[in-house]
Amino acid sequence: MIVADSECRAEIKGYLPFARGGVAGPGTREEHQEGRARRGPRGPSAFIPVEEQILQEGAESLEQHLGLETLMSSGRVDNLAVVMGLHPDYLSSFWRLHYLLLHTDGPLATSWRHYIAIMCSYLVGSHMTEFLQTGGDPEWLLGLHRAPEKLRKLSEINKLLAHRPWLITKEHIQALLKTGEHSWSLAELIQALVLLTHCHSLASFVFGCGILPEGDAEGSPASQAPSPPSEQGSPPSGDPLNNSGGFEAARDVEALMERMRQLQESLLHDEGASQEEMENRFELEKSESLLVTPSVDILEPSQHPDILCFVEDPTFGYEDFTRRGTQAPPTFRAQDYTWEDHGYSLIQRLYPEGGQLLDEKFQVAYSLTYNTIAMHSGVDTSMLRRAIWNYIHCVFGIRYDDYDYGEVNQLLERNLKIYIKTVACYPEKTTRRTYNLFWRHFRHSEKVHVNLLLLEARMQAALLYALRAITRYMT
Amino acid sequence: MEKMSRVTTALSGSALTGRTMHCHLDAPANAISVCRDAAQVVVAGRSIFKIYAIEEEQFVEKLNLRVGRKPSLNLSCADVVWHQMDENLLATAATNGVVVTWNLGRPSRNKQDQLFTEHKRTVNKVCFHPTEAHVLLSGSQDGFMKCFDLRRKDSVSTFSGQSESVRDVQFSIRDYFTFASTFENGNVQLWDIRRPDRCERMFTAHNGPVFCCDWHPEDRGWLATGGRDKMVKVWDMTTHRAKEMHCVQTIASVARVKWRPECRHHLATCSMMVDHNIYVWDVRRPFVPAAMFEEHRDVTTGIAWRHPHDPSFLLSGSKDSTLCQHLFRDASQPVERANPEGLCYGLFGDLAFAAKESLVAAESGRKPYAGDRRHPIFFKRKLDPAEPFSGLASSALSVFETESGGGSMSWFVDTAERYALAGRPLAELCDHNAKVARELGRNQVAQTWTMLRIIYCSPGLVSSANLNHSIGKGSSCGLPLMNSFNLKDMGPGLGSETRLDRSKGDTRSDTALLDSSATLITNEDNEETEGSDVPADYLLGDVEGEEDELYPLDTEHVHPEEPEYVLPQEAFPLRHEIVDTPSGPEHLQDKADSPHVSGNEADTASLAPVDSSSSLLSVSHALYDSRLPPDFFSVLVRDMLHFYAEQGDVQMAVSVLIVLGERVRKDIDEQTQEHWYTSYIDLLQRFCLWNVSNEVVKLSTSRAVSCLNQASTTLHVNCSHCKRPMSSRGWVCDRCSDRIGGLGRKAAQHPPTERSLPFPGATAVPACVLSAIMWLKVCSCGVRAAVMAAIFSTS
Repeated sequence: MIVADSECRAEIKGYLPFARGGVAGPGTREEHQEGRARRGPRGPSAFIPVEEQILQEGAESLEQHLGLETLMSSGRVDNLAVVMGLHPDYLSSFWRLHYLLLHTDGPLATSWRHYIAIMCSYLVGSHMTEFLQTGGDPEWLLGLHRAPEKLRKLSEINKLLAHRPWLITKEHIQALLKTGEHSWSLAELIQALVLLTHCHSLASFVFGCGILPEGDAEGSPASQAPSPPSEQGSPPSGDPLNNSGGFEAARDVEALMERMRQLQESLLHDEGASQEEMENRFELEKSESLLVTPSVDILEPSQHPDILCFVEDPTFGYEDFTRRGTQAPPTFRAQDYTWEDHGYSLIQRLYPEGGQLLDEKFQVAYSLTYNTIAMHSGVDTSMLRRAIWNYIHCVFGIRYDDYDYGEVNQLLERNLKIYIKTVACYPEKTTRRTYNLFWRHFRHSEKVHVNLLLLEARMQAALLYALRAITRYMT
Repeated sequence: MEKMSRVTTALSGSALTGRTMHCHLDAPANAISVCRDAAQVVVAGRSIFKIYAIEEEQFVEKLNLRVGRKPSLNLSCADVVWHQMDENLLATAATNGVVVTWNLGRPSRNKQDQLFTEHKRTVNKVCFHPTEAHVLLSGSQDGFMKCFDLRRKDSVSTFSGQSESVRDVQFSIRDYFTFASTFENGNVQLWDIRRPDRCERMFTAHNGPVFCCDWHPEDRGWLATGGRDKMVKVWDMTTHRAKEMHCVQTIASVARVKWRPECRHHLATCSMMVDHNIYVWDVRRPFVPAAMFEEHRDVTTGIAWRHPHDPSFLLSGSKDSTLCQHLFRDASQPVERANPEGLCYGLFGDLAFAAKESLVAAESGRKPYAGDRRHPIFFKRKLDPAEPFSGLASSALSVFETESGGGSMSWFVDTAERYALAGRPLAELCDHNAKVARELGRNQVAQTWTMLRIIYCSPGLVSSANLNHSIGKGSSCGLPLMNSFNLKDMGPGLGSETRLDRSKGDTRSDTALLDSSATLITNEDNEETEGSDVPADYLLGDVEGEEDELYPLDTEHVHPEEPEYVLPQEAFPLRHEIVDTPSGPEHLQDKADSPHVSGNEADTASLAPVDSSSSLLSVSHALYDSRLPPDFFSVLVRDMLHFYAEQGDVQMAVSVLIVLGERVRKDIDEQTQEHWYTSYIDLLQRFCLWNVSNEVVKLSTSRAVSCLNQASTTLHVNCSHCKRPMSSRGWVCDRCSDRIGGLGRKAAQHPPTERSLPFPGATAVPACVLSAIMWLKVCSCGVRAAVMAAIFSTS
């Protein structure tokens, strides 16, 4: 549903005849490699400058990672992996899950998995190729209406998961599992749900980091796809360090460090806020997240026409969890349905390998730290990471009883909040400008780190809602 | 003795009474705890905090501790505990990290006593010291455990779990200073309350979070832990290194564990998700719960034994907003429903079975089955008078070893591989299979195939001349033929049954019976002649003469108005085919076999020798004259299939079932068919005949069977060039196309289909519902590397 990839059209055209012939064409690969060669200095990301040493480091550390080669079935290091490779520990657990979801034996047919991925993700192009290679019916690619009834039934929950997961109820699950000709089995559904959330959150990451599609060397206008609107508004120089605001940015970092210190101390001295205040702070954070919504003019759907055929209701998008005037859905109490206790136990039962890898991935993402903040090192960043994580969950209406949402306000600057909100809820609206504006003195790898947290927190939030619905269905 | 006296003192005066009962709460419970007097229980949850009195017949709400208009997070309880020394003292752990103590002795409505806000994250557990009135311990998500003295405002000491979330803390009941804590990363730590700097001992107990632990009430060293890995483990902590004493595997993450009072080996568990029941396990019998309480409709969140010395009352709170009292005598006991019989084949054909001892005992008194020349190589019987379950369900285990060489099943493998089951006209299939069977020296089976061909194939296949030649007495002639076949197969008892069956369809039953016996006798004679005079080449030779001899005998009993019998010309090619392939000795052997078989049976009169039927074959063509619809035989065919299945030749039953398809399927009930299919598939897989088993699965019409091929959806293929697995990249091998540079040109020339797999003998393995077993088998056969799981979609 969140789609930027435009190369797919060319790819489909290249593939369709072969696919009809039954065997994927051998020619495409060659073209691909040539394309890569011709691409020249273009980096993997629209936001992160190529010269950024760290990207090369990322790619190298990626290559060093043993075992990854076999996991990356495509046999090539794509742009996504290069950017994610800035955090190799995370990348390996990410790929393990990705590989499991798409390539390892499981309840769903491989071609179905790719089709589901097509239904929701940015990587439409490559999934279309794989879909055909794994024996998918080319007819389906003409649109969701050509796909089997069973897959079409998934589109409703796909839509909700992508934009407003809190609306998922046990009735949705019931509708999918109801015995009949096109019913899903619970195991299939779990895999599909994990796959859907995986793709949605991956889309967030891709847009958040401005990752360019693979191999569109011709410089077609579509190559700017990940950041289509208001590109012109971004500053000409992509490097924040050389900005005139460099000094200011450095001051911001100092201020952030100071606030973290203060919070740490205040916790020790225990000036606990009153209950009402805590309550209010969460509500405040929720409602304030309304204000950081991207301006209305860029809210109109800008979906790629190619992809619209896989989307049933293109106007359906994120709607603020607490919109004034409407009946707000009850807040999701994190303690009542946690991933560690409940979510894992449920998935473990129906999709054991997936549960294990998800658990590892969440853990790696949540605890990943280099103890650095911008130019400072040896900093305990757990407080900052928790603030980001909880803020993302807050945007999706998940509240932690044991968290003081005032911290979010103190630790996350407004630009960062805008960025987080945009990437989490309207990833296709992310621009280079929003990317550049936050944390101007921070390293790109740190910004990518924020994106990892985004990816995981978003995925966990959507999964928790979906799994809670399944649990309710089962009881 | 000491224990006994304690029990009496504890229970004296007020022996617990009550019944299994439940009451509805307003909100889901997170935890419960019982008062020392065993007459009150406190229930705590996110939006409930109440005390109930446990009366004889019901729960009565006694006190609501949630006072005040504004709901406070301090009251959102993750855990609650009632002091075991002081009836007025309670403590709760709140999801926002606050630890609250409550004093029921306070005169005001609000019983809240103290508030400790030292934890930064959710407090998962609170625990009072078992004997010390003022000591409270808490464990929190933030990775700290704190010890509070209720006479002071702050914690006395803080224990750090190295930033791993604490899930449970429990004071040891026997060791004054010791407490155990469990962690999200699977560790268990033992602490001395006086030494907050470091833990006394640490070990990894589970894979994944350890949700709960409980010290044994009597045994100083025993600690039970339950984790997300679905295990309950019992550790002996007295030794230098914690030793795992027992391990119980449950079906869901273990949320709570509580030792059962007065029962040294019993503990109760409930699970975090999915499973709503409460189980009481005997740790020495880790596979079947000793008791099971099934009252709750949602996950059970808190369990507590009502009295520390009464093993029969269990209280529980649940997410389904109910509070239950379970009586042990009302528990369901899965053991009673367990089937104490089991049977399993070993890898090399050994057979083990377990059965109720009473059955085995009875069996041993009987004379062993005549045909069974095998004896148990060992015979095990548990002799443990202390074993508490021996009365319930104890089994004796026997293991039989295969006789070396005796149980050769090569015929089975050959047959399975060579049979044709589909893809050709029925007549050809039957002929082919008959030929296969004959070549393997299984004449009876061959016979059956030929007869099936005759019964079901349209008369058009046989020229009209052949039809007309025959003795026409039609049914009466044909039927004895069938009968003779069935009789000899089924032995006297079954034979007579068939006779009756057949007679139902025949108005002249008397004649028919006469006919059959006559035919049989003739056949007997016939065989003798053949056996002695015309060895081996009787098939080739003047069959005409013999048949001529034979038929007049038959005709005497039937309508004489039919035209004279003429030997069918078409019979010759058929017979030639048969004769060409097998060599003489095999036939001799067959002949030797048949008397042997009949000799084993008592009623020789009703037995037709196997071989004679070969000569009868030509006769059977006569059947077409009768123009009997194949339906007429369906009863016989059905009986025949059942007979083969009963004999253990399920291969034949399934093969015929597949070949005949719709023609017989309706006559055999679904379950039987399914049973045959699964047995056959199991056998095929035992012999690593993956292709055949897949074909059978594919051809089966039984839904349950065809499902076997739908569990997995992956097709594994090896590149024909480099022999490496091609992981889901279509039909072009990456490596080879890279190396060759021709972009898989070579691969395209030799598409790596199944035929070009490196080991053509072992190509396909269905990873299916039975996959666990099957993969094991595959490994043990050492075929794994060679086996590419292939699924033939049955859609």
